[in-house]
Amino acid sequence: MIEGIPIVHFLIVTTIMFFVGVYGFLVRRNLITILMSLELMLNSVAINFVVFNKYLYPGHLQGHFFSLFIIAVAAAEAAVAIAIIINVYRRFNNINVEDVSNMKH
Amino acid sequence: MFYLFASVIVIFSILTVTSRRILRSAVFLLFVLIATSAFYFMLRYTFLAAAQLALYAGGIVVLIIFSILLTSHISERFPQITFKKAFFSALVAGAGAVLSIVTLLQFDFDQQYDGGQTAELPVRDIGKSLMDFGEEGFVLPFEVISILLLAAMIGAIVIAKKKKD
Repeated sequence: MIEGIPIVHFLIVTTIMFFVGVYGFLVRRNLITILMSLELMLNSVAINFVVFNKYLYPGHLQGHFFSLFIIAVAAAEAAVAIAIIINVYRRFNNINVEDVSNMKH
Repeated sequence: MFYLFASVIVIFSILTVTSRRILRSAVFLLFVLIATSAFYFMLRYTFLAAAQLALYAGGIVVLIIFSILLTSHISERFPQITFKKAFFSALVAGAGAVLSIVTLLQFDFDQQYDGGQTAELPVRDIGKSLMDFGEEGFVLPFEVISILLLAAMIGAIVIAKKKKD
C-alpha cells in the first residue's frame, strides 16, 4: 500500500472513471468512440483488481495476474473490434451506429 | 503525487467522452492510460506497469488512431448531442457513480499494511507463477489467453480482408 492514501481514494477514482465510460457509451454515436469508452471501463476495473490485491492481500498475486490477463483480453478485443469496424466502413461508408442497422442476410 | 495522477485520470477521461474531435479524444485516452500505468508504478507492480504502457498505450491506442485515420476525416467535428440525451445519460451515469461511492464509503475495508514493504515484485516470481500449475500457479489461464490471442488475430485478419468478387 502507499503510505497515507487509503484504499477508498483509489476506488473513488476508478468508480468515476468507470461511470464516465458508461456516459460515453450511452452518448456517443461513433463506433470508435464507443470502443474508447469501453477501454475506459475495462481499464478502471483492472486498476481495481490491482488495488484490492495490494491493499487487502499483499502476500498474494491473484489480482496482479488478473489484470495482466485483462490487458491481454483487451488487446484481442480491440483487434477484433477494429477489424469489424473497418469492414462496416467498407459496406456502409460510415461508422455511426444509427446508420448500421441491417445485416448482410 | 497520487492526487496529481488521480486528477489527470478524472479530467482526461471526462474529456475523452466529451471532446467533439475524434483524434483529440484518442489522445486524451492515451493520457488516461499513461496515468493508469503511473498508478501501477506507485503500487510497485513495475512489470504490470510496463505491460500497461507497452500494450495499452503503445498498442491499442495506435490501433485506434490508425482506424480513425482510415474511417473519418480529421477536421470533422461530431454534431452537438441533444441536451435531452446528454442529460439522461449523465443522470444514469451519475446515479450509478453516487450509489457506488456511497456504498464504498460505508464499507469498512480490512486494510492490511504490508510493513512499509516498498520492494518491487521480482520478475522471476511473476514468471514462475505464470508457468506453475500448483497453488498460486497460473499456467491454465496463461495457455487459454495464448489460444484466445491467436484466435483473435486470425479472426481479425479473416474479418478485415477484402472479399474476392
